[in-house]
Amino acid sequence: MLIDFFYSLKKAKIPVSIQEFLTLLEALKKEVIAPSINNFYFLSRMTLVKDEKYFDKFDKVFGAFFKGVENLLQLYPEISEEWLEKKFKRELSPEEKAALEKFGSIEEMMQRFKELLNEQKERHEGGTKWVGTGGGSAFGNSGYHPEGMRIGGPSAGNRTAIKVWEERAYADYDDSIELGTRNIRVALRRLRKFAREGQDLELDLDQTISATAVNAGYLDIKMRPERHNKVKVLLLMDVGGSMDDHIKRIEELFSATKSEFKHLEYYYFHNCLYDYVWKNNRRRGVEKISTLDLLRKYSSDYKLIFVGDATMSPYEILSPGGSVEYANDEAGAVWLNRMMDHFSQFAWLNPEPEQVWQYRQSVGVIKDLMRGKMYPVTMQGLEKAMRELSK
Amino acid sequence: MAVDNQGFQGSEQYVATDDLRMAVNAAITLQRPLLIKGEPGTGKTMLAEEVAAALQMPLLQWHIKSTTKAQQGLYEYDAVSRLRDSQLGDAKVQDIRNYIVQGVLWQAFTSEVPTVLLIDEIDKADIEFPNDLLRELDRMEFYVYETREMIKAVHRPVVIITSNNEKELPDAFLRRCFFHYINFPDPQTMMKIVEVHHPNIKEDLVTAALHSFYEIRNLSGLKKKPSTSELMDWLKLLIAADIDLSELKDANGKPRVPPMQGALLKNEQDIHLFDRLIFMNRQNR
Repeated sequence: MLIDFFYSLKKAKIPVSIQEFLTLLEALKKEVIAPSINNFYFLSRMTLVKDEKYFDKFDKVFGAFFKGVENLLQLYPEISEEWLEKKFKRELSPEEKAALEKFGSIEEMMQRFKELLNEQKERHEGGTKWVGTGGGSAFGNSGYHPEGMRIGGPSAGNRTAIKVWEERAYADYDDSIELGTRNIRVALRRLRKFAREGQDLELDLDQTISATAVNAGYLDIKMRPERHNKVKVLLLMDVGGSMDDHIKRIEELFSATKSEFKHLEYYYFHNCLYDYVWKNNRRRGVEKISTLDLLRKYSSDYKLIFVGDATMSPYEILSPGGSVEYANDEAGAVWLNRMMDHFSQFAWLNPEPEQVWQYRQSVGVIKDLMRGKMYPVTMQGLEKAMRELSK
Repeated sequence: MAVDNQGFQGSEQYVATDDLRMAVNAAITLQRPLLIKGEPGTGKTMLAEEVAAALQMPLLQWHIKSTTKAQQGLYEYDAVSRLRDSQLGDAKVQDIRNYIVQGVLWQAFTSEVPTVLLIDEIDKADIEFPNDLLRELDRMEFYVYETREMIKAVHRPVVIITSNNEKELPDAFLRRCFFHYINFPDPQTMMKIVEVHHPNIKEDLVTAALHSFYEIRNLSGLKKKPSTSELMDWLKLLIAADIDLSELKDANGKPRVPPMQGALLKNEQDIHLFDRLIFMNRQNR
């Protein structure tokens, strides 16, 4: 029985391990808890789930499993009203559409539907049976999970422990949609290379000891420069226009990058790199920095990372005067090539999903210019990009 | 509860919910480290002190900073003093043992009586720090290279680890721990906590104060929500100043700027936001 429970958790994508499962069994054997379902809920949660962001998923699985219901492992994300409305419109049969006419409007139908749901909820909590299909409803809502519908409803009654998983108090902590910053950091760590150079000195113990030994026991102190992360990164980011959709992810990436490197320089450009970049988006009109200056200022051992969706008209890259903002004397491609020639290690991170790249001509153009080194902003993509950069 | 009567039951100074009590007792019985997370100010660090007091064991504390290395918890070899002593011809220098400084884990492992070991704010350390302690916490032993001896735990200490979630912890580490998330206490539990900290406090004052406290907590947009410890400080101030009940509400029962709000709201933006909300509220009546 518990093995099934374990697999249900695993299917719900909660990271549980065999070791933790065995610990749970050991705890049960040692009678750590009095035999009650509430205690078991807390015990299994603390042994199997190690992050509060999974508590919500755990509550759902636990609730489903110990209601003795099969086939509830399919978890539903929060169901929005919009989604419901769409789904119902799509699933209506002609007769139902006729029935819908009788209701007058979709709002009234939703209202009626909600009433039905409430009834179902009460019946369920009364302990008769879970609702499988929306019996008696005109809506053809078979096959959805009634618990999903209760989400967001007022939680009734006092706070006994059995309500804890029904309340799903931990829904806020679930963050599976986002790429966690720890993962990004771990990927970026590949880039780190430690080296000793510069001013700060520390006592070199091993050297001091052996030098002192050689010196017949008279103290001979040796100092050495402190270890530093030597990697230098120059980050050029596309802002504005089609990039707005990706800002959150890029910010996350950026905040992870910031703490990982000692030398991190960043500049912004729009769509494609031309003869100037800027550092402050609000003052981009005033504080322009010539791209030639970047080439002069940063030595070729800087690792160059572009972040951009590379989505634009091909002429913005290929022809002089192609910029959407001003008349540029030289084409973007010329500038990109200049950068490639100067910096030996470079990569382009593209926040758009890899599948859509082939449908956009400009992505292909940029990818060719970057000598194929374009990577998506996913864990795998980042790993690949970092491996390329640390070669 | 199946644990015998020496299990942890909370104490006179510390209100423990059922699930927390169970978590602590399971960790003690199964001798696994217990990882505690929760909002700041929900009593994570205090838990270790209370567990130690309740079980009558000595408490060893290891407060983690961003510069802390795992090795420092085991031992450090003070080579510099040894070098200095050798220059002075001190006889002590013959034995390397004189220059091994024991860390907190060493003390906990070799203690004659069972101990409670608190590793406080483990998330402050470097991202690899927890990985460096895997074997030590799992097997409760480590090897001292300088003296070639193995330090093994006489009694496995009760290990309590707290985290403020500033960094995520590695999976291998998490697998070895029990995990408990301390929820922000609900109003009933909060009443109990207040009673424990301020006995004899006028009951209606507490109710009114708690009411404004939860109101402030529920405001959206606050940079830092006030926590239990801030509530305790605020109540202390209210009692000390002998504030009248009417000060917490105006004549119509609408909330007003509570006295000594500085104890609850800790930065300027929050205080501004709060004042603005109260002002808007007034205009609406």
